[in-house]
Amino acid sequence: MTVKTSIPQDEKLSAGHLACQGCGATLAMRYALKGLGTDTVLVIPACCWTILAGPAPLMSVGVNVVHSPFACAAATATGVSHGLRARGNEKTAVVAWAGDGGTFDIGIQALSGAADRDEDIIYVCYDNEAYMNTGIQRSGGTPAGAWTMTTPGAAGAERPKKDLDAIIEAHHPRYMATATPAYPEDMVRKFKKARDIKGFRFIHILSPCPPGWKYESDETVMLSRLAVQTGMFPIYEVEEGRFKLNVPVAKRKPVAEFLRRQGRFRTMGEPEVAAIQARVDAAWDALNKRA
Amino acid sequence: MKKTLMGNHAAAVAVRLARTEVVAAYPITPQTQVVEALAEMKASGEFAGRFVKVESEHSAMACLVGAAQTGVRCFTATSSQGLAYMHEMLHWAAGARLPIVMAEVNRALGAPWILWTDQTDSLAQRDTGWLQFYCSSNQEILDTTLLAFKVAEELSLPVMVNYDGFTLSHTYEPVDVPAQELVDRFLPKHDFALALDLADPKAFSALPKPQEYFRLRRRMAADMGRAHQVIASVEDEFARLFGRSYSAVEAYKADDADALLVTTGAPASTALDAVDELRKEGFKAGNLRIRQFRPFPAEALRAYARPGRNLVVVDRNFSMGQEGIFCEELKSALYPLKERPQVFGTVAGLGGGDITVELLKEIWLDAKQGRGDALQPVWMEDAR
Repeated sequence: MTVKTSIPQDEKLSAGHLACQGCGATLAMRYALKGLGTDTVLVIPACCWTILAGPAPLMSVGVNVVHSPFACAAATATGVSHGLRARGNEKTAVVAWAGDGGTFDIGIQALSGAADRDEDIIYVCYDNEAYMNTGIQRSGGTPAGAWTMTTPGAAGAERPKKDLDAIIEAHHPRYMATATPAYPEDMVRKFKKARDIKGFRFIHILSPCPPGWKYESDETVMLSRLAVQTGMFPIYEVEEGRFKLNVPVAKRKPVAEFLRRQGRFRTMGEPEVAAIQARVDAAWDALNKRA
Repeated sequence: MKKTLMGNHAAAVAVRLARTEVVAAYPITPQTQVVEALAEMKASGEFAGRFVKVESEHSAMACLVGAAQTGVRCFTATSSQGLAYMHEMLHWAAGARLPIVMAEVNRALGAPWILWTDQTDSLAQRDTGWLQFYCSSNQEILDTTLLAFKVAEELSLPVMVNYDGFTLSHTYEPVDVPAQELVDRFLPKHDFALALDLADPKAFSALPKPQEYFRLRRRMAADMGRAHQVIASVEDEFARLFGRSYSAVEAYKADDADALLVTTGAPASTALDAVDELRKEGFKAGNLRIRQFRPFPAEALRAYARPGRNLVVVDRNFSMGQEGIFCEELKSALYPLKERPQVFGTVAGLGGGDITVELLKEIWLDAKQGRGDALQPVWMEDAR
């Protein structure tokens, strides 16, 4: 049987990168580059991709990479964009590519500024839900109940995950979308679409992480899919304020199916699982009202 | 053409004349009028560059790091807390070898809140890899900003142009504004060898091995060493084109002086009056102005060091637990000499207190007589 796919065949990401086995963030980059093409400049702050893009003189992506300090991916990308545009280049995509720490936490001021000014950049957060590059510390993207090195007790992280997408949407971006590697055609389409829009664009990618979430490395795509099918990470886009649910889930699976497969939630009790289920149910209701 | 300009406007005019392509800045007193003037020039069409109204100083420098990497000419301006907030990015801009130019309007640092001038803000950035100049007049602000672009682009290193908050930034002086054609000759379009090339993708500032990092820093240090000659030749070219000359250390009536004031910034021009008055009173006074702080002009300063002739540094800055920073640097520059003069340190005008002719005369007279204790800085206030 031949499956016809909309995903471009050629690879921009080299096989010889330094990611952990089963890394969701490498799948994300692979599909992103397929959608973006080579006329792209990546701006990468401190995150796993600082290393995965290649320590000097190696390079795993076939496009220019400008590394930046942790807090300022959006501001540095802003500068790259203005520099190129100042010399008449209106078409090169300038993409800030940051983790959840660099987005939810230390980078949020620069991100808010760039979104507010409608800078001509695509900001991508590949969200593995903790500071994974420094060895699994809690970030604003870490969900309630997750074990990390800085939330070591049986209860795990106390606070729910920060609703970053609501914060971004409050900036009235030209385009914003969520994506995850289990839905590659959706992800590639979104990058292609974002590429052709001018102004500030934002893509939030849920990016499973085997060592940080504590699961076997062959389960990344399955967990990515379960996050969507349980309703924990809905896949949608908002274009000029118009909301569209891209992956409707007719019968949502219980969140326990997603949570119980990960070591980071190992000590989570039934009441906590029920609380998460209630939160997801409420969020999903709100989403369905928009759709 | 002569115009009456405040220091902040002199900086903005230089940025326009340099055909700067990207400006990113955040407002802070007393720098604000640099930003406002550029915004006005942008609105009127006089300034063709882009102006990014960033949400912080950290982002201002981060934005310029990105812009400079594409090869365009870049500028920002800040002061005090803003510069401190930028600190991380100052290291990054220099390490990435980006020729960014910044006007730094010297203002003291809190706490407590303080608006007026001192130099601790910029001197605290001395190890970031930026070249630093200290101006004494509004003409010099305009000229040094133009010089800064040329020097930065020749060395692939960023340059900070410092001047006194309020004393210069908000004070009107006659300034000769050069013709655009002349500036275009001096500053042709920036062609940056390290710019990113879309046809030849590279990674910029990627993680190197320790050995490579060491070599990169060593090369940067060598370029800082080379900067002395580069600056001197750029200053020569500037003098030929514009008829105004500058140097790292500017001496006034130093040849036969019995003791020398060592001053920087706006008080260095007050020092000229103090020297003249002392001369009238029969004293052989003189002044050395340090205009260039990084790279530090050790060799130029050694030329004025004579055993038996005391030097007294007037520092409007302080390194807690040590002494005034120019004094410290001067001592370190003179230490290799076999026979050294006495160097006295004076701390004055922190947080914007006046450094008057009278105070400078008193400081000089003290130094000439020789102080009992040369090791401690003396804190001087003008009680008048």
